[in-house]
Amino acid sequence: MIKRLLPMPLHSVLLWMLWLILNDFSAGHLVLGAFLALLIPWLAHPLSDPHVRVKRPLKALQYALMVLWDIVVSNFEVAYRVLMPNSRLRPGMVVLPLTLQEELPLAILASTISLTPGTVSVDFSLDRQWLYIHALHVDSEDALIAHIQQRYERPLQEIFAC
Amino acid sequence: MVVFWEWLASILLVIGGFFVLVGAVGMVKLPDFYTRLHAPTKATTLGIGCILLASMDMHALRGEGVGVQEFAIVLFLFITAPVSAYMIAKAALHRRVPMRPGSYNPKLLQDARERHAPIHHCDQEKRPS
Amino acid sequence: MLESVLLLVSLMVAVALVLNAWRLMIGPSTADRILALDTMYINSIALIVLLGLYFQTDLYYEAALLIAMLGFVSTAALAKYLIRGDIIE
Repeated sequence: MIKRLLPMPLHSVLLWMLWLILNDFSAGHLVLGAFLALLIPWLAHPLSDPHVRVKRPLKALQYALMVLWDIVVSNFEVAYRVLMPNSRLRPGMVVLPLTLQEELPLAILASTISLTPGTVSVDFSLDRQWLYIHALHVDSEDALIAHIQQRYERPLQEIFAC
Repeated sequence: MVVFWEWLASILLVIGGFFVLVGAVGMVKLPDFYTRLHAPTKATTLGIGCILLASMDMHALRGEGVGVQEFAIVLFLFITAPVSAYMIAKAALHRRVPMRPGSYNPKLLQDARERHAPIHHCDQEKRPS
Repeated sequence: MLESVLLLVSLMVAVALVLNAWRLMIGPSTADRILALDTMYINSIALIVLLGLYFQTDLYYEAALLIAMLGFVSTAALAKYLIRGDIIE
């Protein structure tokens, strides 16, 4: 019964909080927000796919902070490369062999790669064994691949325990 | 103390403006589509992050509490930037937008387009058995 | 001081918008144009937030949030149109 009324409890709470923050904490908005927070997950629930859960939330927080830091650092690097003459650039494609297989960790990995130092993820191979990445500047492909695997893929494996 | 927060807001604003500008310069100057893809996903996203941080700071300065709406905007932009970059890259692959001549591993573009394992990699050891 | 910094940064963002508009015009590929448009959405969010700070009003944040959402959805729709030749299948 509760499961049918509240199919996504966490999403409901988040929606409610967001509604109250974007408006105010008056009684009317408390009721309206609660109504929407129940209605929207109920409507959206049939659309969602099952996916793996975060097993270690503390590690996930640590990962988010690390990525934030890397975004800041990567931007100085990208700014430097952008302001250099184009002839000094050595852009190119690299390919990353994947060990992760589930959808959610893969999506997070691809997004992380897009947001951090000089790399944008372009596409997966259909069998999910390879991730194609475009790099703004390739010094050594092996070093780049090893860096991504060590810094991003391994922590994600630990977070989702897969 | 107030002076410090004002300085912080000013510095964040200038850094943000600088990164937005760098993103735009890269957009005009970089040689091919795939390198241009780097400008908005990184520089512009951080630029707007800095500007919105400054905005939160100034809200606190005026005694209106820390702005949560800015935080919502930043979070939304940081989640959507890689997704839209991925979608545009996929569209470019589909339309066979070329890479600049002299790029590293140019033939991998075709593998990525056809979404199979890398058979055109210049390093033969990576060839799948 | 803060006022003049706000004006200066608005000017920087405006120049960035013009540069992106230049890329939007010259292309050369359609993907480039979509990318330029996406960047212009983000830049205009920055400009609106700066204006909101300058005029000291909260009203502009709602506009910024709306532009952020519309920008993402329209970019996704345009990219999808390029890939499939159709938006809703």
